[in-house]
Order: sequence, then C-alpha cells, then structure tokens
Amino acid sequence: MAARPVALTAAPTTARIATLSAAGILAALTLGPIAAVLWRAGGLGAVTPADLDALRFTLVQAALSAGFSCALAVPVARALARRRFVGRGALVALMGAPFILPVIVAVMGLIALFGQAGLVNGALSALGLPKIDIYGLHGVVVAHVFFNLPLAVRILLQGWLDLPAERFRLAASLRLTPWAIFSQLEWPLLRRLMPGAFAVFFVICLTSFAVALTLGGGPRATTVELAIYQAMRFEFDLSHAATLALIQLALALVAGWVALRLSRGAGLGTGLDRLPLRWDGQGPAARLTDSAWIAVAGAFLLVPLALVVARGVPGLVLLGADTWRAAGHSLGVALASTVLCLAWALPLARPRGALLSLAAIAISPLVLGTGLFVILRPFVNPFTLALPVTALVNALMALPFALRIITPAAESTRADYARLAATLRLTRGAWLRLVLLPRLRRPLGFAAGLTAALAMGDLGVIALFADPQRATLPLQVYRLMGSYQMEAAAGASLLLLILSFGLFVLFDRGGRVRASA
Amino acid sequence: MLQLDGVEIGMGTEQLRADLSLHPGARVAVLGPSGAGKSTLLDIIAGFRVPDRGHVSWDGIDLTDALPQGRPVSILFQDGNLFPHLTLARNLGLALRPDGRRPDAASRARIEAALDRVGLHGLGDRRPGTLSGGQMGRTALARVLLQDRPVLLLDEPFAALGPALKTEMLALVGDVAAELGALTLLVTHDPADARRFAESVVLVAEGVAHPPAETDRLLDDPPPALRAYLG
Repeated sequence: MAARPVALTAAPTTARIATLSAAGILAALTLGPIAAVLWRAGGLGAVTPADLDALRFTLVQAALSAGFSCALAVPVARALARRRFVGRGALVALMGAPFILPVIVAVMGLIALFGQAGLVNGALSALGLPKIDIYGLHGVVVAHVFFNLPLAVRILLQGWLDLPAERFRLAASLRLTPWAIFSQLEWPLLRRLMPGAFAVFFVICLTSFAVALTLGGGPRATTVELAIYQAMRFEFDLSHAATLALIQLALALVAGWVALRLSRGAGLGTGLDRLPLRWDGQGPAARLTDSAWIAVAGAFLLVPLALVVARGVPGLVLLGADTWRAAGHSLGVALASTVLCLAWALPLARPRGALLSLAAIAISPLVLGTGLFVILRPFVNPFTLALPVTALVNALMALPFALRIITPAAESTRADYARLAATLRLTRGAWLRLVLLPRLRRPLGFAAGLTAALAMGDLGVIALFADPQRATLPLQVYRLMGSYQMEAAAGASLLLLILSFGLFVLFDRGGRVRASA
Repeated sequence: MLQLDGVEIGMGTEQLRADLSLHPGARVAVLGPSGAGKSTLLDIIAGFRVPDRGHVSWDGIDLTDALPQGRPVSILFQDGNLFPHLTLARNLGLALRPDGRRPDAASRARIEAALDRVGLHGLGDRRPGTLSGGQMGRTALARVLLQDRPVLLLDEPFAALGPALKTEMLALVGDVAAELGALTLLVTHDPADARRFAESVVLVAEGVAHPPAETDRLLDDPPPALRAYLG
C-alpha cells in the first residue's frame, strides 16, 4: 500500500557495507570473548562458597548503592528545582562531572575525606568520638553514591523541569498544600522516573570493578568482578576466572534487560539551566531544608575533588619516570580508543545501530578481558598486548554513549539533506566530507571528549593484563597507593584528573569552534 | 516529453493516480488543496518515491526505477535547499563538482556568473544564514542554472515570502526556465501564481492528477473539483 522508500545516499551499497561490517566487527568482538569464556568455563561445577559470597556481596552493594543514590537525589533535585541562587548553574553543570571523573581519583578524594587520616576522622577524634573506616561495604556504597547521586539528581531535575509550569500555576491558585503538591505533581513523576534510574544504577554498580578493588576486598567485600581479577592475577586459574565471568555475564544480562525495560525516559539531562517560576515551598522551613540539602550534596561532591587538588599539588613534584611513562601510555590508549570508537559510531549511527550497541552495556570489561585473554593466549603472551586490548575494550564501552550522542544528529542530517544531496548527485565521499561530518561536529566533539576521558580514567581490563612495564596512569595511582606512597599517589591522581578533564574539554571545544549553524 | 503512464501510489489512506504528459520547456502550475498529493506528484517525478504501479519516462526513456541522482531533474524544496555550513560559492560548486572537490578557475567563473545572473553579485563568500529568504531562493535558482537539467521542479519554495517578493521570484524562475529551456513544474495553492507563471495547470484533487489544461481557460471556467477548492 505505502510506496517503497528510496535509498537516497549517493552510493547506498558502500554505506550499507560500512554499516554491516562495523556491526559485524562489533558482534565478533563482544560475542567472541563471551564464547571463549563459555568454552573455557566448562559449566558451573567449579563455583566455590567464596564465589557465592562474592555474588551476594555484589547484589547487596549494588542494591544499597542504587537505593541511596535515588533516595538522596529526591530532596536535592527538588531543592535545585525550586531555588535560585548564585552558582546554581555551575553546581548543576558540576553534577555532570563525575561521569568522566576517573574512579581512582574519586577514591583518592573520598579517602582524603573519610579515610583513616581524613578530615572527618580528624574531626571525630578531636571530639573524642570513635573513628570510621572507609574500607568495606559502606566505603564501596559511599563511592558508588558519589558517582551516581549527581546523575540521579540530573535525571530527576530534568523530569521536574519538564513538568508544565501551568500545573504549578494551577496549584498556586488552588492554594494546594505542600502535601497535595507532592502527591499530585511530584509523586507521579518519581514513580515514572525512579524505577528506571534505580535499575540503571544497579547495573552500573554490578559491573563496578575499580571501587571494589580499592575500597573493598577481603572475603567480606569482594564483588564478582574483583573475584575474576583475583582468580586471574593471584590464583592463575583461568577456568575459575571464566566460571566467574559466566556468573557476571548472566547477572549483567538479566539486570540489563530489566533496566532496559524500566529505563525509558531517563535521558542524559540537558537544558537544565531554565528555571520555571514556582510558587510553592516558599516558607522558611522549606527554604532552610532546601538550602541544607544543596549544601550537603555540594560538599559531598566538591570536598573530595578539592582535596585531590590540594593534596596533589605538592605531590606533582614527586612524579617519577614510571608515572610519566604511564601517563604517556594512558594518553595513547585514550586517543586510540577515541579514534576506534568514532570510526565505529559513524557507520552505526542509525536507529538500529543504537539498539545493537546496547549489548555492550551489559557486558563487563572484565568479562571481555577474560575472554580476550583466553583467545589470545595460544598465540601471543597476552601481557604484551595490555595496551591495545585496553584501548579496544574502552572503545567498546564508550560506544553506547557515543551512539546516543551522535545518532539523533546523524538522523536529522540525513532527513534534512539526503534528498538535496541526491539531486546534486553528491558522491559518498563528498557527502561524508562536506555534509555529514561538518553537521556532526558538535556531537562528534562531545562524544570524542567523553570517550577519551573515560578511556583515560579506566581502571578495569588493564589490571587484568598489565605487567610492570605497561601500566596506565590509573593503574600507576593504584600501585602507588598499594605501596603506601600516598603523596606520589596524590600527585599522580591530580595529573590524571587534569589529563581526563583536559582531553574532554579539548575535544568538546574542538567540536564547538567554528561550528556555525 | 515527460510521461506518467497509469501511475498509482498510496499516500497513507488516500490514493493518487496520474496519467499525463508534459512538453519540454512548458511552464506548468500544479494546483490543488493541501494533502491532495501535489508534493507526492513531484516526488514521483524526482524519484524520491516509487509508484506502486505505472511508469514514468522522459524522452521515451523509462525512469520508473531510476534513483533520484540518475534523473534529468533539478528540484527546489520548501526549505533546506542550501547547506547552511557552506558558503554560497561552495553550495553552487557542488552542482559542478558532485565529488566535492574545489572548483577550478573556469568553474569559479561560472559560479560568479550564475550569482551575478540572479542578482547576488559578490556574495559568494557569504553563508546562507546571513541571507534573507529571497536571497536564499535566488542562490538556489543560481544553482539550478549551473545544474542545467531539462526538468525543473519547485515544491512551493517561496511559500514563506511576502506577495511582492514572491512575484519577483516567480519572474526570476521564469527567466531561469527560459534560459535552460526546461520543463518547469511549480507546486502552488494560489491560483494567482498559476495565472502569473504558467501556461497550463495540472489540477491535483480527489485522488487524481489531471492532464494539463490551459491556465486561463481552466481558472475562468473551473470544473467542479477545482471550484470546490477555489470556493
């Protein structure tokens, strides 16, 4: 009945070939390692009681982390939605920063705040109170909340700002009580957004490795990911590692599937500067609570970062040749990941490509790493390939985000200009060079910045593969911490922070410069 | 001769049929209520939609399955006729170099001349965003001159312009069409446009694109379908 659509790009076949081969390589690189893990694991017979403890701990910490992140986000987002104050825009923008903050840097900051010699314990002992311990379950949860609370706040804030201003006007003219406003306007919003946000954070925390590596550990605070690492590095038991990878895979697939079902409408949160007029919550009590929540949340996010900077500056002079070499490795890995990720993202930036990339979300870097290790070992010494494998896995991990950023702009460019390009008989190369890439400058710059920063700060698969000659900067920070060279670790952390944010800003700005409408 | 033989196409729940032929160099208005299928008719000729049945041909050559880029057709859309991030000269250059390479000296001279011809002397380095709506229309027409194809389709490209400016642009379209000797189809819902511009009218109404009829005779004594539209 409907007319057949016509393929409009200049050479539809080459475009198709590019998309299909990108998809094929993506599938081979994710499914291949998984197949290797399945083959090497040889069933679940080797599961030990310790593995079950790791599974239990993984689930408990993920549930607690996601729960606290969501619950604490409600008062903070509400306060940000209805208060105006100097620096509000900067604070909201800062809420996006943990996304590209290297985990090890955040851990350094949290240790400086809550650690044995940290600010909080200093205050507690001055008051004659018992000290708190950052290591273990609560440390892991605190670190996860540090990362996910800002994201939760942004998701909720977006939802709050999307509520039509007319409703608040109506509520004001009806003189609704605060409780009525909450139950009629805000609660439906929370019920719509919260399950998805919770599920996404739950999945993120399931596959969190670096936090467990640095703040967890021991029989009572080991995640499945950490157990994979320990099986590989300390027990040298590849089939045990593969069995654990199998457990992790099943866990992430089930949770990822649930998250996907629940997470519709949870965006990345843009355009949060606009502030609709509100008339509720103007009493002194409401003002006081809101201010307190903003202050506490702001301090929780800012103080660890400020401590990283403050403690890192003196450590910068202590950076040894090892650290600088590691920084060089990390830069190389970050740039290679960025190139790979964008080369993948461009041909896949179509509606179905985004769907395909979701596969990459559920798969943990350590599962992929284990699989690649199994595949590579018969042919080469896997440790010599630590850096290329890290670059590859990071490109895969960043691909879903890159696609979410690039696909809408690529689709609208095709919708707006494919017909014009066809009547002009533009060649495929001219379309790419003169139309698609220039139109995608901004999203490409943003995606490149995210990918580079994520790869720069990643402490995952590199821990599986690395030998002393091939550390990246995050691994170097971890090693310095492990050998109690805390000042050098602080300096290296600051260097890592500067490089990660620097790469992000560099690429993101690069996309904006001369990007005219 | 542009021929549509037994063409049928589905448009959502509606259907459009077309059985007509148009002479080279003719100036034709495509008139009818919105949603009747005026743009669909142009899409079929330009190759953006393939009819469910029937054939489209030009000079006896069957175009029914030809891709848009393989057809002897240039087209102006309602909007988005220029790439906003390229200068006017680069936009026009694409008509001469579809591989996107920089035009040589001879091509640059032709681009200059085309801009002069439409009254945009010396604006080659500007970007579309700095132009008025009329100037953008002129730029697109300059590119039509460079494309030099025997069929020119205009899908209401001047709908957003004021009456005086629109009259001016239609005059320019007439000049360009005459210079190229191109068969020109102008989609419009304004009968005054048809009288001003076209010697014949293809009426698209009630699921049929009618064969062309002489403009004045048709508008002076409209058939029932047209009378319902004109009111």
